[in-house]
Amino acid sequence: MTTTTHSRVPAGAARAAAPQPSASGVRARRAARRRRLGACGVLMTPFFALLVTVFLIPVGTAVHLSFFSDDQPGLGFGPERQVFVGLRSYAAVLTDPTFLGGLGTVALYCLIYIPLMVVGALALALMLDSGVVRLRAFAQLGLFLPHAVPGIIAALIWLYLYTPGISPVIELFAKGDITIDFLGVHTVVPSIVNIALWSNLGYNMVVFYAALQAVPREVIEASVVDGAGPVRAALQVKTPLVRASIVMVSIFTLIWALQLFTEPMLLSQSSPMISSRFSPSMYIYDAAFTRNNYGLAAAASVVLLVCTIALSYGVTRFTSRADSEEAR
Amino acid sequence: MSATDSSLLRPGLLGRATVNVVVTVSVLYTLLPVLWLVLASTKTRDALFSSDLLSLSDFSFLRNLDDLFAMDGGLYGRWYVNSLLYAVLGAALGALISVACGYAFDKYRFRHKEKLFGLVLAAVMVPQTVLALPLYLMASEAGLVNTFWAVFIPVLFNPFGVYLGRIFARGYVPDEVLEAARVDGAGELTTYVRVALRMLGPGLITVFLFQLTAIWNNFFLPMVMLSDQDLYPVSLGLYQWNSSASVSPEYYPVVIMGSLLAVLPLILAFVLLQRFWRSGLTAGAVK
Repeated sequence: MTTTTHSRVPAGAARAAAPQPSASGVRARRAARRRRLGACGVLMTPFFALLVTVFLIPVGTAVHLSFFSDDQPGLGFGPERQVFVGLRSYAAVLTDPTFLGGLGTVALYCLIYIPLMVVGALALALMLDSGVVRLRAFAQLGLFLPHAVPGIIAALIWLYLYTPGISPVIELFAKGDITIDFLGVHTVVPSIVNIALWSNLGYNMVVFYAALQAVPREVIEASVVDGAGPVRAALQVKTPLVRASIVMVSIFTLIWALQLFTEPMLLSQSSPMISSRFSPSMYIYDAAFTRNNYGLAAAASVVLLVCTIALSYGVTRFTSRADSEEAR
Repeated sequence: MSATDSSLLRPGLLGRATVNVVVTVSVLYTLLPVLWLVLASTKTRDALFSSDLLSLSDFSFLRNLDDLFAMDGGLYGRWYVNSLLYAVLGAALGALISVACGYAFDKYRFRHKEKLFGLVLAAVMVPQTVLALPLYLMASEAGLVNTFWAVFIPVLFNPFGVYLGRIFARGYVPDEVLEAARVDGAGELTTYVRVALRMLGPGLITVFLFQLTAIWNNFFLPMVMLSDQDLYPVSLGLYQWNSSASVSPEYYPVVIMGSLLAVLPLILAFVLLQRFWRSGLTAGAVK
């Protein structure tokens, strides 16, 4: 009896005591966790407030607008109301030759611009990384300089360099008896590619160069031991090692290229070859703010958005499949 | 690595010459248009059209500068101040907001975190032109169209900055430091402000520079939102003046001089902050 009580008391005490610290421990841990989540919330709230107001709601509004149209009953005197028109705006956009023409222009622009940009920037980075370039720091700074020139000003500079009478380039060609119209039917897209290339080549070169600098030297030394020359080392050893950067640069270049707006907008002030609906973005601007057709503008926006997402996803999938095949 | 090994990696004389020629030509390609801008800014309007760039007979740099700030009642000065306000304030505040969010993504765990991060990355992809019309309609509903805020609030949003912020937080702020601060009883937010933010300094400056460049370049949003010339940034103002130049050519020298001055702040920022953005680029690229 005594033994049992004896044994029971400490056991009971232990039982009573044991949950107590663990309960307070749980409570303390929960409190700590709540504090952490609270802090996390405070740190994230400003950004997500912006995300909702200037991203989610606008995207939702664009989708919504694309299915509705302003209907003005009674010759426009009655109150405006929105009526559901289903896919009518999409049908209008997708059968509009000026919109399809704009898509074609941007497709052509991307096909010329993106390969030139990625290959050019990578080639320059590999050359600078090879260690034989004189005045490397100066070369890098010179190539990077256009990145500090705002897009509209890059377009202005090149517009003047494309303008007969002002341009020393055209004059130089004229001395060799070559007349060249940089803003003609066939030259206007390459001329715009040139502006974009000039603006971004150096920046992307620096991105690639930074990635190349991170390649372990032992890997390259090993390839030399295996008998690889400098060109083979660059193409077969270094290039595959900076794939991640190549994919990133390609996707960002693509996203920016699809938004083509600033350069043609400025050039259109001087070239009759560039209509007010030259690219999808210009089409959207024209539909929304010149023609005040919000449904049409919204439908065109959604089409552009879907194209952007599909193509970026395609590039990611394509490269990751290439990755897994390489691993095999 | 011995000397013979490294010399093996060096291309031969021919290869070396080719590489240097290609790089030199590329540098000339990037530098000459800027040089043209500098030379053209010293020309009178007539000299500009005679294309005699190197002659110094019509040197009128200071006169062009005077004309620039006198044109249309000194609008250019206003535009410059506006651009500085949009870009410097916007980039500073935007970088703080993005980096705080990126840091929270790296240091805290909660449900559906990666899905939420996926949403942030998706936002990077969405073209600005898609958002412009709805933003305009929202701003007009809120009575903000044609005000400073119509441009300032949207440019604060920088999802790529969150992505960079997360990478920087992982790289620069070791979890042990936070554990130590917690053991010392420091609050989470105090730790962020006093400890983590300092370690994130270079990352913060990188995000700031990215955003500064983007806002200084911004053209589409102001064009949609603003009709009052007094609120224009430099980019939109020069666009407008250039469209007048075809009718009244006295705008040409002014547009050229205005372009030259508009390039300076970013060059200054990149040179002064070079140390930081170089490390930032590496982090962003290597991942």
